[in-house]
Amino acid sequence: MPERTVAVASRSGLHARPAKIFVEAVARQGMAVRIRVGDGKPVPANSMLAVLSLGAGHGTEVTLAAEGPGADEVLASLAELLAQDLDAEAVPDA
Amino acid sequence: MPEPVAAVPGAETLRGLGISPGRAAGRVYRMAGPPLLPNPVPVTDTVAEIARAVRGLEEVADELALRAEKAADPAARDILEAQAAIAGDPMLRESVDEHVRAGMDAAHAIDTACAQSRQMLLSAGGYFAERASDLDDIRNRAVAAVLGLPMPGVPSPGYPFILTAEDLAPADTVNLDPDTVLALVTEKGGPTSHTAILARALGLPAVVACHGATGIADGTWVSVDGDTGEVGTGIGEEAAAEIQRRALAERDRLGKASGPGRTADGHPVKLLLNIGSVADLQAGVDAEGVGLFRSEFLFLDRRTAPTHEEQTSAYEAVLRAFPGGQVVIRTLDAGTDKPLPFLGLADEINPALGVRGLRVSRRQPDVLDAQLDAIAEAARASDTSPWVMAPMVTTPGEAADFARAARSRGIAHVGAMVEVPAAALHARRLLDEVDFLSIGTNDLSQYTFAADRQHGDLADLLDPWQPALLHLIAECAEAGRAVGKPVGVCGEAAADPLLATVLVGLGVTSLSMSARSVPAVRDALARHSIAQCRHNAELALAARDPDGARRAVREAW
Repeated sequence: MPERTVAVASRSGLHARPAKIFVEAVARQGMAVRIRVGDGKPVPANSMLAVLSLGAGHGTEVTLAAEGPGADEVLASLAELLAQDLDAEAVPDA
Repeated sequence: MPEPVAAVPGAETLRGLGISPGRAAGRVYRMAGPPLLPNPVPVTDTVAEIARAVRGLEEVADELALRAEKAADPAARDILEAQAAIAGDPMLRESVDEHVRAGMDAAHAIDTACAQSRQMLLSAGGYFAERASDLDDIRNRAVAAVLGLPMPGVPSPGYPFILTAEDLAPADTVNLDPDTVLALVTEKGGPTSHTAILARALGLPAVVACHGATGIADGTWVSVDGDTGEVGTGIGEEAAAEIQRRALAERDRLGKASGPGRTADGHPVKLLLNIGSVADLQAGVDAEGVGLFRSEFLFLDRRTAPTHEEQTSAYEAVLRAFPGGQVVIRTLDAGTDKPLPFLGLADEINPALGVRGLRVSRRQPDVLDAQLDAIAEAARASDTSPWVMAPMVTTPGEAADFARAARSRGIAHVGAMVEVPAAALHARRLLDEVDFLSIGTNDLSQYTFAADRQHGDLADLLDPWQPALLHLIAECAEAGRAVGKPVGVCGEAAADPLLATVLVGLGVTSLSMSARSVPAVRDALARHSIAQCRHNAELALAARDPDGARRAVREAW
């Protein structure tokens, strides 16, 4: 099964806003993607709760896995997303 | 003064603590608490039961999404959106599905699935654990939905009403609309609880610590007197309309007065505002300045400290709003009821007595230094001379250190808040170091009476009319008079019109409060001479308890 491992670049980790952006991106792909930390249990990456429960902080390496046609491209684009600081996109403070 | 209303059968008067003045009357609606789980019901049709549970979750997700859309504040919107996503979460749904298949009814399946997810988040620790409370909220809503119980939260009957509740927490009141809520009545709470602060900020009459309030049936007509603390049931619709009419007329009358605060014989008392940001200054507020600018809003919900530019522009906006007036900025007050993630302070067993207020700079002096730098720059940019004070000053030594740090940056008016009894007892020595004092009566009550501000059972101890509290205020005012330096009150006590006359009589030189409280306080001062205020102060100090103090001063009016 194709896999990609990437370090979480968001300053606050895969939490709140970064988690939401990631989960929404997974949902848009329409493909069953699973995510895990190290050798931990893989959980569905389209679930906010599952992603939050990983407890992945800044710099934690997470592994994405998916199967089927186009899986490599989907994983590449999601890995690229995680490699960005998604906190930086936060709404400007009033 | 309360007017007699025609009693009807079943009429009853409940008594609590009036903590936000004014009268109101209308139908009562209770804020529903979390639903109780009934005994488990055996499931015969698994598919139908799963559908029922999913409908419950969907209903909640839709409602939260709708609230997110309506939320004006981006931070609130983010939180509501995240909550909506969790309510519609595929994993949560899968887990509910599994529990129903294992034989649970919809309500228990939701309860169990939420509890498990909650545990998962808690074990992830750190800020992931902060999301655990979202699951409690979702659980309560979804269980209420499947059981057909009223949704927890502020009710919306479709017309103005009187809100009753056990107690009100900030989360309950984010969406509270002051145009549809006529008054607040809570079973618990005290003069400094969230309910009280909210009611004064919104200008709503309110009664707290009112036993039996949540027992009043939804839809019952009641009258509320936020001065006397009386809540009357058994009035009719006509009597209620009359009370509302008079309340509006009184508000109109108070609203017409304007100008600087002064007693009937012209003794000046500055009327200032308590604000959280420049947004609180809108709508033609008639005050002489800002007596308490809480700078915390810049720091809340942040993982990193605000930048120098962000801070500077926030202070500058407030300073420019009162170019000729007085603006008192309080430096960061982090602590018990307002933990700030970016400070990374360790959990404390007794946070009220721990590292909070000015004490944070013992560990992280750079936070205060950065704030003072930004205030100094904002002052230069706006060509104003702000007053700057530190919270939780305890000793003259701390006051001296703070004064040195502020003055070295060109800040001319440096002050200390008096919230700790030790500071009040040594007010004179504090004034050797700083230019003014501002008494925060909420915390000063909490520390003088050794009673937690949030503790409903101890509300009577936190009553700002407590003679011992007034005694400490008198000490501070006397110290100020002796050296000719201003001593203000910026706690909730300043917003009570009758108590305001006592404070002025004790020698307090300024009163700072929420904008809505200003008209009634201005009116009360204008109707008392300074001699009458001093007489009121003597009566209150001599009383043996808060009720006695209130009664004596009210009778003297």
